[in-house]
Amino acid sequence: MSGVTEPLLVAVPIAGAVLAYAIRASSWRSAVLVTIAVFHSAIVVLLWRQSPAPIDGRWIDLDDLGLIVLSVASAVFLSVAVYAAAYLRSNTPRGGRVFVSCLLVFLGTTSLVALSQQLALLWVGLEGTTLSLAPLIYSRHDRPSLEAVWKYLVLSSVGIALALLAVFLLADAQAADAGARTLLLTDLTSRATLLDPWWLRAAYIFALVGFGTKMGLAPLHTWKPDAYGEAPSLVGGLLAGTLTTCAFLGVARFTQIATAAGLDQFVRPLLIAAGVLSLVIAAAFIIGQSDVKRMLAYSSVEHMGLLVLGLGVGGVGAYGSVLHMLNNGLVKGALFLAVGNLVLAAGTAVAADMRGMRMVRPATALLVLAGLFAISGSPPFGLFVSEFAIIDGTLQQNHPWIAIITIGLLTLIFVGLARMIIAILYAPRPEPLDASAPERERPPFVIAPAFLMAIVLLLGIYIPPSLQAALARAAATLGGHSP
Amino acid sequence: MMQSATHLLLLLVVLTDFAVLGTSRLSACIRWIAFQGAVLGVLSLLVGGDLAWNAWLLAAGTIIVKAILLPAFLRWAIREASIRRDVEPLVGYLASMLLGGAALGVSFGVAVSMPATVRNALLVPVALVTLIIGLIVLMTRVKAITQVIGYLMLENGVYLFGITLARRVPYLIEAGVLLDVFVGVFIMGIVVFHINREFDSISAANLSTLRES
Repeated sequence: MSGVTEPLLVAVPIAGAVLAYAIRASSWRSAVLVTIAVFHSAIVVLLWRQSPAPIDGRWIDLDDLGLIVLSVASAVFLSVAVYAAAYLRSNTPRGGRVFVSCLLVFLGTTSLVALSQQLALLWVGLEGTTLSLAPLIYSRHDRPSLEAVWKYLVLSSVGIALALLAVFLLADAQAADAGARTLLLTDLTSRATLLDPWWLRAAYIFALVGFGTKMGLAPLHTWKPDAYGEAPSLVGGLLAGTLTTCAFLGVARFTQIATAAGLDQFVRPLLIAAGVLSLVIAAAFIIGQSDVKRMLAYSSVEHMGLLVLGLGVGGVGAYGSVLHMLNNGLVKGALFLAVGNLVLAAGTAVAADMRGMRMVRPATALLVLAGLFAISGSPPFGLFVSEFAIIDGTLQQNHPWIAIITIGLLTLIFVGLARMIIAILYAPRPEPLDASAPERERPPFVIAPAFLMAIVLLLGIYIPPSLQAALARAAATLGGHSP
Repeated sequence: MMQSATHLLLLLVVLTDFAVLGTSRLSACIRWIAFQGAVLGVLSLLVGGDLAWNAWLLAAGTIIVKAILLPAFLRWAIREASIRRDVEPLVGYLASMLLGGAALGVSFGVAVSMPATVRNALLVPVALVTLIIGLIVLMTRVKAITQVIGYLMLENGVYLFGITLARRVPYLIEAGVLLDVFVGVFIMGIVVFHINREFDSISAANLSTLRES
């Protein structure tokens, strides 16, 4: 079945996008959306059950790292689709039909990124994911969202253009090796010693800047708070849960090649510096933040920093990084959807005006509270395991200072997050909520984030053997190992 | 013969870079960027040295997208949104030219220190200078539509790097890249249109309400 199913993961969502655009009745469009999301997840579950096949030079194929990214994308999209179907029943965003089509194009291009074994194809997919979300950020059609989408477009486009330059520079690094197939990942890693180191270094720097902009690593994160703050929450979940994960895959692919070529001493300091700087910036802006969605954006900057930090220290850190990519994607999806419920109920994302939400939305409040602990890396959630592995990695690789700085910054960030979330949930409300808000919580709005949160909780308690094996193999290609 | 034609075209690319940098009229900017797109299309044929049907198709696609469709779309956006005709630089034209000259120097400096490859020695610095001048236009012009022009030029620089690689990137991929650029600029153009309607001016300087308080 290998080789036949993978292209379907790209083709079916794209075909669904066209179909959804042709349908006039909004309930049928939502049905198409959910059906395709379920189909996608079912295929991904099937792919986990088959034994891993060797990669043989096809452009679209599945390796361990790709499968993990694909799983994050699929799970987050499934809950976003269920949430969106319920959301679209009571809200009609401007642009109507385009909304569902853009979501489905996003799913198709995300799958393309995860499945690409050819780096230029990965680039084409990543640009597709970027563009498909732009109309969704602008779905409110007001001035702030216009500003947000402009910043998102300009910064992402420049970043992605530099990433394309990195891909071309990599093709130049292959110039001396006549036997290699152009930009194919297997050939780049298995024949890495034949790559020209000068061009490879240049390619790596541009890749880190280009894909780093898309990830939202500091100091190239400035589009992030605006886009996350202005986009509808379910789009924020896709941005923070999936898009950044795809961009990280770009950095990871280049790191695989550089590691195979023996350039780890060159790339590691770059990754560590980018990671620590992102943590510092995130901590600085989370303390004293007044808008809950913007705070989640800075939390995303923090976690992107942790991902590249883990990659940079290597060893157990690389394993932690891959596991953290999985955990972070899932928990970000859950948190954006859950916080979105509170924002919809309160009619604002300004934390000072959102008080006592526990009384208004009890089930969501419980999820947000769980999300707060999960995202701060507390046991028993999966992020505890992965953050622990990353910090353990820094110690094992003899970077005690980085471990101390990281723990200090994570503590600061936890305090900042907790102060705002606790106030939103438990502080007494000055006046009751206005009557226009819907009275009770509708089940899909709770089930969707709860599903993702349950996986994160499960990953903190038990990692299935097949996942464990995939994580270990993926970490090995990044110059790391499992603990 | 082929070689000297390539050199001439590369020189034209650099000249269009400076023409966009120095011109004060928006319509002239768009005309220059369209001309640059056409030159890129011809270059992709000449430098590739491969005259198979898909090479012709790619060259034709490049010219259609970069020299005809996107410029026409930008002209439409200017007309429909009734944008004022001048460029409004943050940095004066003379200073922009000097920056461009510095970029040219840096590009050739970097190219000299690069390890030798099989490809045309002039290509790398020309691609680099186009990329850097694109960034300069992007950062020093107030209007959102001029930023789109800057992005197009930046993209042209990267594209120049790609179509002339010593190792040919598969045509399918090049077509995908072209499609992405087309859709990207298209979406940007639509946003520019909405910015103008909302703010009654197309200045990106108005876009400054979202910031940390």
